[in-house]
Amino acid sequence: MTQRNEPWRVELRSQIKAKERSNMERVHMPELDAVYRSSVRDEEVNLGLTPELAMREAQRCLDCVNPTCMEGCPVSIRIPDFIKNIEVGNFLEAARVLKMTSALPAVCGRVCPQERQCEAVCIHTKMKKDSVAIGHLERFAADYERESGQISVPETNAPNGLKVAVVGSGPAGLSFAGDMVKMGYEVHVFEALHEIGGVLKYGIPEFRLPNAVVDVEIDNLRAMGVKFFNNVIIGKTITIRELEEDGFKGIFVASGAGLPRFMNIKGENLVGIMSSNEYLTRVNLMDAANPESDTPVYKGKKVAVIGGGNTAMDSIRTALRLGAEKAMIVYRRTEQEMPARVEEVKHAKEEGIEFLTLHNPIEYIGDEFGRVTHMVLQIMTLGEPDESGRRSPIPVEGKTRTVEVDEVIVSVGVSPNPLISQSTPELETTKWGTLVVNKETMQSSSMPIIFAGGDIVRGGATVILAMGDGRRAAAAMDSWIKEQI
Amino acid sequence: MNKIISKEYFSERVIKFVVEAPLIAKSRKAGHFVMVRVGKKGERFPLTIAAADVERGTITLVVQRMGVSSSKLCALEVGDSITDLVGPLGQATHIENFGTVVCACGGVGTAPMMPIVTALKKAGNRVITVLAARNKDLVILEEQMRENSDEVIVMTDDGSYGSKGLVTNGVEMVINREKVDLCITIGPAIMMKFVSQLTKKYDVPTVASLNTIMVDGTGMCGACRVTVGGKTKFVCVDGPEFDAHQVDFDEMLMRLGGYREMEREAMERSIDKTGV
Ligand SMILES: Cc1cc2nc3c(=O)[nH]c(=O)nc-3n(C[C@H](O)[C@H](O)[C@H](O)COP(=O)(O)OP(=O)(O)OC[C@H]3O[C@@H](n4cnc5c(N)ncnc54)[C@H](O)[C@@H]3O)c2cc1C
Ligand SMILES: Cc1cc2nc3c(=O)[nH]c(=O)nc-3n(C[C@H](O)[C@H](O)[C@H](O)COP(=O)(O)OP(=O)(O)OC[C@H]3O[C@@H](n4cnc5c(N)ncnc54)[C@H](O)[C@@H]3O)c2cc1C
Ligand code: SF4
Ligand code: SF4
Ligand code: FES
Repeated sequence: MTQRNEPWRVELRSQIKAKERSNMERVHMPELDAVYRSSVRDEEVNLGLTPELAMREAQRCLDCVNPTCMEGCPVSIRIPDFIKNIEVGNFLEAARVLKMTSALPAVCGRVCPQERQCEAVCIHTKMKKDSVAIGHLERFAADYERESGQISVPETNAPNGLKVAVVGSGPAGLSFAGDMVKMGYEVHVFEALHEIGGVLKYGIPEFRLPNAVVDVEIDNLRAMGVKFFNNVIIGKTITIRELEEDGFKGIFVASGAGLPRFMNIKGENLVGIMSSNEYLTRVNLMDAANPESDTPVYKGKKVAVIGGGNTAMDSIRTALRLGAEKAMIVYRRTEQEMPARVEEVKHAKEEGIEFLTLHNPIEYIGDEFGRVTHMVLQIMTLGEPDESGRRSPIPVEGKTRTVEVDEVIVSVGVSPNPLISQSTPELETTKWGTLVVNKETMQSSSMPIIFAGGDIVRGGATVILAMGDGRRAAAAMDSWIKEQI
Repeated sequence: MNKIISKEYFSERVIKFVVEAPLIAKSRKAGHFVMVRVGKKGERFPLTIAAADVERGTITLVVQRMGVSSSKLCALEVGDSITDLVGPLGQATHIENFGTVVCACGGVGTAPMMPIVTALKKAGNRVITVLAARNKDLVILEEQMRENSDEVIVMTDDGSYGSKGLVTNGVEMVINREKVDLCITIGPAIMMKFVSQLTKKYDVPTVASLNTIMVDGTGMCGACRVTVGGKTKFVCVDGPEFDAHQVDFDEMLMRLGGYREMEREAMERSIDKTGV
């Protein structure tokens, strides 16, 4: 049921004229009321499409001869194939199509920056129309399958007796593990934290990506035979060398970009100022907002988050849900340059988050107990485009503003986790600390047994790019190992 | 899950656990620590690895009961398991034959000083341990320290045991008496601050092992950050030991106080519920 020229697809296309399809209005994702949701931490904001909404939205897709949308997807999801199955109500088949190329469709449907990937190049956008809601449909099919209780555990080849190791259990590690176990490898995933899932668990909050959604995928991998070992830090508990000696034939490093950056400005170490990693780890991994949990977390009343990415939006919206009366995003450029997903910015605004764009902190002021009380913000303006193509922010001489705060969350980016490279000096890294790999095979330039992908290579990217890396690394490692024996 | 093999009371508040952890036992060095979590709602907290037995695949932890988390651990018995145990973390202590080393510890710092004293002695140093406490009942690990030190000087605030005075009085006495090549200090931040001030005056190189608040212990969060020589460092990956004379102890003290109110509340809640 997946070929464009199959009779049912030909028939389906002829039922509604293309023009009519294009003129249909894009579906609106049903969501929780903004006032209600801004005080509940663990209810997902987007409620998901109903089957009726999904089937209707699926009609908008033209089933293009050259589906440009697929070029925008880093893992080339067979978009029209799954959408047309939704249109005819064949939801499980749609989910099956998704799983041919993506290990985590329920996750990507929720968190991909679709407006910059698949949806950005949907044919509708060329005609100044809203693109097909590919992400919403992807989520719908994946959720439908999960909720139907009829999840298919993909078939795996007979064990080939070869053992491979994975460092880190984020999206890169999980997708790699899935592909390798299908090919018959014995896959051991080592995770430093006590939870499996990487950023999907400790970073992205429940109101955007429920842990239960991630857990189903992890259980699926377990059912396929992947072995998970938590509380093991590669480079500390076990070294890369020891893994080699233990008979692992290949090692996929997917250790992410876990090292928080600070701005090194005056007062940044005051009490009440922390990295978004610390804040989100306390709340998401340690469940600190739950009174039953032993881990504490500040529940600031006037909270500022510095930054404009997804992490910043997640932090400020979490702070709001923990009781902030004033919740501010401080960003040095304008909303246009914000790297966050458009939907997150929209949701944040609906919830009452204030956006201080063209502002940049230059100093924090504290009270006699060392608690932060104010931030001094430099007013910025946009100058010429910089190397990233974005117009670079420049300070407006002499214009500052002091704002009262009792909690500041610094979300200005992360650097690659250095644990592996520190303990494996022969591994080639860039000056930013990312691992150097062949872009096609993801194989390390200096240690052939090592392949790597996700944020440890890209320095901070997206879930789908990390997953794509995992898949490419799996294919390449498989051929490499087979060449060796 | 890491099974507890033995439990021994050094005092009512200080307990030695031997725990199954074969991989950590194999890879740890003196000065390394582990992050521990007890129970699914437990917090992650750091404990120094006091000793390890590679053959038996065990590590030794010496825990002083302080607040909620250490109390939860201390309530476990032989045969129970620690929910999560991860390590070894941090940079190992730099151990060599320095000559004469004064180990100044007190309060929370006494337990983590144990393995350092032992390793220094093994490396051929003359080890003088200054053990400080508020009163006689709070002096811990004295016997164990004596086994591994050339001399142990006990100081109590109220003079109820040993000599009356602070840890700094003990250290100063030694410095005035003989040449000291290195001082190592572990304890409450305020104590380390004063030890550091003192040894700076006498130009004695000093290492402080910092016990900041930690969340993950792997360099991921920055909760443990301190300023050393004007630069921000993460204690869990860059430390825990630093040149004491470069550490901004005032800032560290300020940051340590950050969660005090919440820790107290958590303790009260826990007492209400469990009676520990
Ligand atoms: C708050 C937040 C929100 C985000 N929102 C989005 C979004 O909406 N859309 C999107 O596409 N992307 C988003 N991202 C980015 C995305 O999550 C990352 O690009 C992606 O998770 C990277 O995957 P990864 O597998 O490379 O690493 P990670 O997910 O970071 O996983 C790495 C894992 O490796 C473990 N590890 C590290 N070192 C070791 C070691 N030595 N031994 C064993 N284990 C180790 C870590 O503990 C971690 O669990 C967000 C990121 C954050 C932090
Ligand atoms: C690298 C490192 C190694 C450590 N090794 C050991 C060890 O081997 N044995 C051991 O018993 N402890 C050790 N500690 C300290 C131990 O982690 C803390 O005592 C523990 O986290 C206390 O948690 P709690 O919930 O029981 O107490 P909390 O509720 O967190 O605190 C209870 C009371 O103790 C005070 N307190 C807590 N921690 C400290 C501290 N670090 N310094 C000063 N006052 C503090 C609090 O302010 C509070 O008043 C180490 C700490 C670090 C950073
Ligand atoms: S995986 Fe992401 S980019 Fe690809 S089709 Fe799905 S939502 Fe679009
Ligand atoms: S480009 Fe748009 S309309 Fe065409 S197949 Fe893709 S989603 Fe459908
Ligand atoms: S404890 Fe999180 S970075 Fe050190």
